[in-house]
Amino acid sequence: MTQLLPPLGAVLPELVLAVSAIVLILIGAFRGEGAANFVTGLAIAVLAAAGILVLLGPGGDVVAFHGAFVSDPFSRFMKLLAIFGATISLVMAVDWQNREKLARFEYAVLFVISTLGMCMLVSAGDLIALYLGLELMSLSLYVVAAINRDSVRSTEAGLKYFVLGSLSSGMLLYGSSLVYGFTGSVNFNVIASVVTSPSIGLIFGLVFVLAGLCFKISAVPFHMWTPDVYEGAPTPVTTFFATAPKVAGMAIFIRVVAEAFPHIGHQWQQIVAFVSIASMVLGSFAAIGQRNIKRLLAYSSIGHMGFALVGLAAGTAEGVRGVLVYMTIYVAMTLGSFACVLTMRRQGRAVENIDDLAGLARNNPLMALMLGALMFSLAGIPPLAGFLAKYYVFVAAIQAGLYGLSVIGVLASVVGAYYYLRVVKIMYFDEPAEAFDPMPTELKAVLGLSGLFTIFYFVYPAPLIEAAGAAARSLF
Amino acid sequence: MTDWPILSVVTFLPLVGALFILVVRGDDEVAARNARWVALWTTLVTFVVSLLLLPGFDAAAPGFQFVEKSAWLGDIAAYHMGVDGISLPFVILTTFLMPFAILASWESVHKRVKEYMIAFMVLETMMIGTFTSLDLVLFYFFFEGGLIPMFLIIGIWGGPRRIYAAFKFFLYTLAGSVLMMLAIMAIYWQAGTTDVPTLLQHGFPPSMQIWLWLAFFASFAVKMPMWPVHTWLPDAHVEAPTAGSVILAGVLLKMGGYGFIRYSLPMFPEASAYFAPMVFTLSVVAVIYTSLVALVQEDIKKLIAYSSIAHMGFVTMGIFTMNEQGLQGAMFLMISHGFVSGALFLCVGVIYDRMHTREIAAYGGLVKRMPLYATFMMVFTMANIGLPGTSGFVGEFLTMLAAFERNTWVAFFAATGVILSAAYALYLYWRVIFGKLEKESLKNILDLSPREMAILTPLVIITILFGVWPAPILNMTSHAVNAVVARTDQVAGAVKTALLLSF
Repeated sequence: MTQLLPPLGAVLPELVLAVSAIVLILIGAFRGEGAANFVTGLAIAVLAAAGILVLLGPGGDVVAFHGAFVSDPFSRFMKLLAIFGATISLVMAVDWQNREKLARFEYAVLFVISTLGMCMLVSAGDLIALYLGLELMSLSLYVVAAINRDSVRSTEAGLKYFVLGSLSSGMLLYGSSLVYGFTGSVNFNVIASVVTSPSIGLIFGLVFVLAGLCFKISAVPFHMWTPDVYEGAPTPVTTFFATAPKVAGMAIFIRVVAEAFPHIGHQWQQIVAFVSIASMVLGSFAAIGQRNIKRLLAYSSIGHMGFALVGLAAGTAEGVRGVLVYMTIYVAMTLGSFACVLTMRRQGRAVENIDDLAGLARNNPLMALMLGALMFSLAGIPPLAGFLAKYYVFVAAIQAGLYGLSVIGVLASVVGAYYYLRVVKIMYFDEPAEAFDPMPTELKAVLGLSGLFTIFYFVYPAPLIEAAGAAARSLF
Repeated sequence: MTDWPILSVVTFLPLVGALFILVVRGDDEVAARNARWVALWTTLVTFVVSLLLLPGFDAAAPGFQFVEKSAWLGDIAAYHMGVDGISLPFVILTTFLMPFAILASWESVHKRVKEYMIAFMVLETMMIGTFTSLDLVLFYFFFEGGLIPMFLIIGIWGGPRRIYAAFKFFLYTLAGSVLMMLAIMAIYWQAGTTDVPTLLQHGFPPSMQIWLWLAFFASFAVKMPMWPVHTWLPDAHVEAPTAGSVILAGVLLKMGGYGFIRYSLPMFPEASAYFAPMVFTLSVVAVIYTSLVALVQEDIKKLIAYSSIAHMGFVTMGIFTMNEQGLQGAMFLMISHGFVSGALFLCVGVIYDRMHTREIAAYGGLVKRMPLYATFMMVFTMANIGLPGTSGFVGEFLTMLAAFERNTWVAFFAATGVILSAAYALYLYWRVIFGKLEKESLKNILDLSPREMAILTPLVIITILFGVWPAPILNMTSHAVNAVVARTDQVAGAVKTALLLSF
């Protein structure tokens, strides 16, 4: 007997997000502009509830909507991470939107809708669900990037992101249609069973699909939008861009190659390896010349996506485990770094130059210590968390015999260490500049937790590694 | 034997001190004084606890002692600590030098004393951990983790070009080490573990050994430092504060030599034999070239830095002779150089604190105003040259003896290095201490204060003591060193047999 109702338990988080998004819009619309903080608070609660539902939801593999929706340990891990990133970046936006007089309830609603898109994307079981999730996520992101509509930079960022994003969606669709044409199905599992050997048309389609996905995780050569959008968008929005959508994009990237094309691993591994090397090298070298901290973090995130892809290039469960560990630690470090960027305000005005951090170690020793730890961690120096993240991806690459990729990767990390060290140098070695405005409590909490996590992660790393390992195995 | 985890206590005790300093509150002067005292007591207690290792240590027993093991990184790595005759001397050297480093900064460091002391405490933990860890990943954690505090020490409390020096130090060392990290991963997949005692018995395929050896070499050669990757050291030494130089020369440089003896030789014996001629060449070049460079230096610290590189040339030469005398000599030379070069930097610190210059030309005739200082400086200069009766002699003699057995030419060229070392060291001593006291600024210079006497006296005693009675160190190291030699010999024998069988 066919099921009349899909297994709704597994879809519950998405349902909650969708329904609450509509309710939040109505609340906002009826209560007017003054409702911004109320709606933001509710949105944070909704996101947290969705996270808890993911955590408590049914275990094992659940397939719903005729294979369009998959809930497995992998999707739950990535959803949780994406929701976590979205929640924290919304929390970090509260103080900012009041200070900048940008308190609009749409902001929080768009976060919720975008997160809904991410959850659908992570759970997509076929190419159509993938596209729907991706567009739901992206359209909300385009609007959020331009939320500060009176600022030229913000609108420019939104427009740029929109135009380039549409282009990448087009490529993705074109690739999907090719894949469909050559396999006769859009379902990942069916594609996997049909594709046993590479054909030129299929590879063509695969390249276009991956190009579209590379755009979302801002991997080279589809990274051009990243520095401009990061710089132009309001900082809390940048925080959001740097965390949750990256997680969702990486998740679907992994799912597409591992679930739909497992038998032509050799083909996509070459693509991933190339993208990975290009991202690591460009991320490291291009960041050296940056003076704006948001642009610096943009290039840093490009580099980090390259490092994460090293694990995927290995094409094994160990490799995917490495990617998941990497993404988790990356999200934690990024949230902390952006908490510092949000704190960089003098007399109510935001400053964004790296040199504005000068002498922070004396003005605010604790913040400098935390940001310093985050920088060393981003550079991948033991005993900080960033080192373990790199360790797990490279250990998988070495197992797969990708020696060239690994050597280029670690050398790129040395080059990258230079600009992270420069931030430390400016904070610790230079003469102090004027102090920043006092830090809001929630930013203090985010920075503190992120810093402590980075410093002390090595003490008890097992739970994350095991969870990531279980999630990765569900794909293989 | 004791039940409590003594090695972990020694390793992490400084971190407890760092924590105490972190919570020290109060206004700046009081906080600074408290930080100094806490740091001093922490290092002293750590030293005493590390001495407790000695009575329980049985130099003749095979394998590692005071072993601690517990799960840590799941399948990747375990928390595994232990010492043997090779690592224990370095542990004690580290804990021994740290109080001197703290005392040397007592009056010369005024700004941000709390942070300074915390950095040193963290550095001490990292250094001790490097020598006590028995798991490659754990070793890498400590080995690399030490970069962070040293980077800050050079960069915050260093001289005028401190930023350049700090970056150079950090990036050079990191570039060498990341390749070692990849090698550790390759070892993990080949041998299935990163546990050192297991790996020491594991036979890697010779073709793989070559690559692993090169990756480890990249890391240790930079740390050592060997010519031609030594250029970070003079910069780092010149710009680092006195205590930083003491620790850099005394302990951090020894990590490279320790790595060669602990990992490269027993884990990759075939590759070590294969590359030995290359190492000999680099060592001899280092000894002669850096000695010549030292002759023309204008800066006292730079001169001592170049002399350190020359001495490390003897060490690498001794290690890769792969016989008992060579390894014993290398071990002894490293320990001796640890406190002799540390003492020399402390001596430089004494006059730098008074005159705020390290230019050799700014001094001259100090013996008239500072007879005590001249005496102390002389002992350490002689030890640096390797005069019989000082600790410097034993190590140099043993390494050259060993090199003579392997290759006469290597020994010959290394011996010219000894002559050159006498030349630059005596030339330095002559220019700084003797001559006429003509400079106006030196007319009122004061001799050693009681604090400085208290710092330098134990170092003089130990320099002469180990010079005339080297047995304590040699006895401690001999069994562990012989195990390494036996391991390399066994492989050499196996290679010979394989060659014979193939005919």
